[in-house]
Amino acid sequence: MSSDKLTLKQKFDRWMIKHGRVLVIGIPYFWLFLFFLVPFLIVLKISFAMAEYAQPPYSSLFEWIDEGITVTLNFGNYLFLLSDSLYATAYLNSIRIAAISTIITLLIGYPMAYGIARARGSVRSVLLMLVILPFWTSFLIRVYAWIGILDREGLINAFLLWTGIISEPLIMRQTEFAVYVGIVYTYLPFMILPLYSTLEKMDVSLIEAALDLGCKPWQAFAKITLPLSLPGILAGSLLVFIPAVGEFVIPELLGGPNTLMIGRTLWNEFFANRDWPIASAVAIAMLLFLVVPIMWFQHIQSKQEESQS
Amino acid sequence: MNGKRSTFLISALVFGFAFLYVPILLVMIYSFNEGKLVTVWAGFSTKWYVSLFNNDGMIDAAWNSLRIGVMSATLALALGTPAGLVMSRFGRFKGRTLFSGMIAAPLVMPEVITGLSLLLLFVTLEQLIGWPAGRGIATITIAHTTFCAAYVAVVVQSRLSGMDISVEEAAMDLGAKPAKIFFVITLPMILPALLAGWLLSFTLSLDDLVIASFVAGPGSTTLPMKVFSSVRLGVSPEINALATLIIVAMSVMILISSLLILRSERNRSRSSASAEIQP
Repeated sequence: MSSDKLTLKQKFDRWMIKHGRVLVIGIPYFWLFLFFLVPFLIVLKISFAMAEYAQPPYSSLFEWIDEGITVTLNFGNYLFLLSDSLYATAYLNSIRIAAISTIITLLIGYPMAYGIARARGSVRSVLLMLVILPFWTSFLIRVYAWIGILDREGLINAFLLWTGIISEPLIMRQTEFAVYVGIVYTYLPFMILPLYSTLEKMDVSLIEAALDLGCKPWQAFAKITLPLSLPGILAGSLLVFIPAVGEFVIPELLGGPNTLMIGRTLWNEFFANRDWPIASAVAIAMLLFLVVPIMWFQHIQSKQEESQS
Repeated sequence: MNGKRSTFLISALVFGFAFLYVPILLVMIYSFNEGKLVTVWAGFSTKWYVSLFNNDGMIDAAWNSLRIGVMSATLALALGTPAGLVMSRFGRFKGRTLFSGMIAAPLVMPEVITGLSLLLLFVTLEQLIGWPAGRGIATITIAHTTFCAAYVAVVVQSRLSGMDISVEEAAMDLGAKPAKIFFVITLPMILPALLAGWLLSFTLSLDDLVIASFVAGPGSTTLPMKVFSSVRLGVSPEINALATLIIVAMSVMILISSLLILRSERNRSRSSASAEIQP
């Protein structure tokens, strides 16, 4: 059949069969590439620029001089990050606060996930719904709720003063403690859901067999349940840890002026100091640390996906 | 199961759920407080709801947020559905690792980084090609679409991996075109996942403060930005009222959609059961 005998529709169908696959892959690929990947390259570029009173407020890296492009890389921003101890403190603080919050979230979330996985069918779906529901209600409002509870004139202080346990209000908001409460509270569902999905798939007869063979319950837990739920523990921990490192809202609203975290530093460099190149350098420094956990997370995600299908 | 352990699990659940729900309930209760202070109960009143609805800045911001939410959830569905399909049905192709990385990374990427990088992209694009001219609703929508599409892709992908592929294969063996297979077989089967993905994107967009703050321009203040600037100064009864409205609206929406999803699931299992009975 020669091609001029084909109708337009047949031509279109042929074209679709040949190129449809490329199109289906290509459109989301292009979007994510342009709006997720390329921006990081621009951040990297601007982190080597100098701040200027201009619109936009940074110097250009590329210049046409004598019919050739010269590239001026400015490492000053990174040297500045190293020289001022504020940045190192914020960096280490963020990692420490995120790590401790992740451990607390795991300790609270694991028994909950286990309890839900072992509940009877109808109870289980209700409990699961109760975990998911806060995830759908506003994050900002859930952080805000703790202001009224932890404040100097807040509900906990009012209650303790009323009972006479304390005579002076406790300082709880604007401390690191409040930041831990905020992170654990808002990220708890992210920990419970992956834990639940590994615990639910686990074969209970393995534990029964271990108990029948004379294992103590804690031994059975340590030797069977814990290792089998490791993928869930890792996925949940990374889902909490990575965003918590860069958290801005929680330290801003619940932490004090001394609770330095890297996300807050980036925000202030950008919005208060209007120093875009330094903000970009801070972002790159944060990414360098997070690249390994992020790739690990992606690895776990794709492995779980393969085991499912 | 031994008794001591189940007591431990039950108390862990009770404590955990109290921790998750008491703060939200307190906000809802105190939104009906007559007085301005959080700690003193001065009697029942709905006056904060009235003053909320008379706050023009708040209403404008809410309207902006709703528009952005609907647009970015719809766009995210259009981009995330093929992305999820590609991940679960297309096997290996060149650049697959990068593709799956670009889907997994937005889920965990700290918002300050995403926000800053998108802003710098928009500024660079404006310098190079003059688009987008200035920042506002459009740039916020693009930013939200990008990270919501990743969520939709994950939801669709996990739905597809849990689904029987044999129906699609049978249709292919019978000579149906790929596009037809998708619209006649795959799409109806993943409809609940699409509904969930859209709702998830809508709520994520409605809730985002950090990314929107970076890519917003004059006149495109969203509801979270408005809430944040007033919450910074401490507790406000008007925000309590707003929070209560948001929580109630979300819960109703989730309840209705999960009932819909449950019913469509039940219908499907019933029809497949009857198909099995017939020879």
